[in-house]
Amino acid sequence: MEYLIIIIAAIFVNNVVLSQFLGICPFLGVSNKIDTSIGMAGAVTFVIVLATMVTFLIQHYVLNPLGVGFMQTIVFILVIAALVQMVEIMLKKLSPALYQALGIFLPLITTNCAVLGVAILVIKKNYNLLEGVVFGGATAIGFGLALVIMAGIREQLDLANVPKGMKGVPIALLTAGILALAFMGFAGIVK
Amino acid sequence: MSKLYNLTKGIIKENPIFVIVLGMCPTLATTSSAMNGLGMGLATTFVLLGSNTVISLIARFIPDKVRIPSYIVVIATFVTIVDLVMQAYTQSLYEKLGIFIPLIVVNCIVLGRAEAFANKNSVFDSILDGIGMGLGFTFALTLLGSVREILGAGSLFDHKFISGDAILVFILSPGAFIALAYLIAIFNRLKK
Repeated sequence: MEYLIIIIAAIFVNNVVLSQFLGICPFLGVSNKIDTSIGMAGAVTFVIVLATMVTFLIQHYVLNPLGVGFMQTIVFILVIAALVQMVEIMLKKLSPALYQALGIFLPLITTNCAVLGVAILVIKKNYNLLEGVVFGGATAIGFGLALVIMAGIREQLDLANVPKGMKGVPIALLTAGILALAFMGFAGIVK
Repeated sequence: MSKLYNLTKGIIKENPIFVIVLGMCPTLATTSSAMNGLGMGLATTFVLLGSNTVISLIARFIPDKVRIPSYIVVIATFVTIVDLVMQAYTQSLYEKLGIFIPLIVVNCIVLGRAEAFANKNSVFDSILDGIGMGLGFTFALTLLGSVREILGAGSLFDHKFISGDAILVFILSPGAFIALAYLIAIFNRLKK
């Protein structure tokens, strides 16, 4: 039951993009086509779950025992960067098909603040390892959901007659705003 | 002349938010009031100034292949300094900005200036560029924060000037997207 609450809260109520504002750059950058947005969502899910696990273990078995909790930011970002590189190399060798699908998105993920954000939030919220991984996975699904919905809307938007000044970023932000309004309807489902 | 340009270009002409459109996450998340926007802007300015200075000093000694990780370490160091200083001296602001202070590390503006400017220009120019870009970022965040606070709470820097409720949605998350969308559209219009 507790896990279900974490999952629903992370996907709908506190959607990572639309209410926490994490990962806005890829959300605006790769939401032009549904296909690419699904690829990006897959890559992000993979990296977030892995990064949450690794950073959790590092925080609790390396940083805390040594009493150097203030190194958190530096260590986490390096771990995530190294992890992304490693995943890229391993995927290339082990599963070329998956690499083809996710490959181009992987380097972009290091600068996706959702990954570092989730890693820090898991520590801040005092989750245990399993809760942390569930939270990370659900957050990533929430990210994917927002991304795919946005891509669907933007594919239609290409055909619409947008006023000149609003073309590009402004109309994308406005769409995201209306989407965020819709997601506000979920508030209150979970306390 | 070009020195002056390095300092001022970030404020209007190459404004990181309104023109280059980088660093959206903190922009949207921390501008629920003018004060929060200003605080976040100044924190980022400090990191930008520090990282630009150090990176322009050490860029010559870093092998090309490991330059991005090296830049990230420099940036993360300054972010940690800001994080600890703010925790010590500006407790309430620190709690409001929360997770977005450590997340300055992944703010594309900071790494972007390191890669696009600081590693191939002199220290002095990089300092000017860091201050200029930081002020542009601060200006954008304070403006967005002011607009949202005026519309959403009927106040500015906590001075309330209407009684009763305002358009609450502008303080909440949808308002961030909508206010920024219109500000960028207005900026596009003014630029012409």
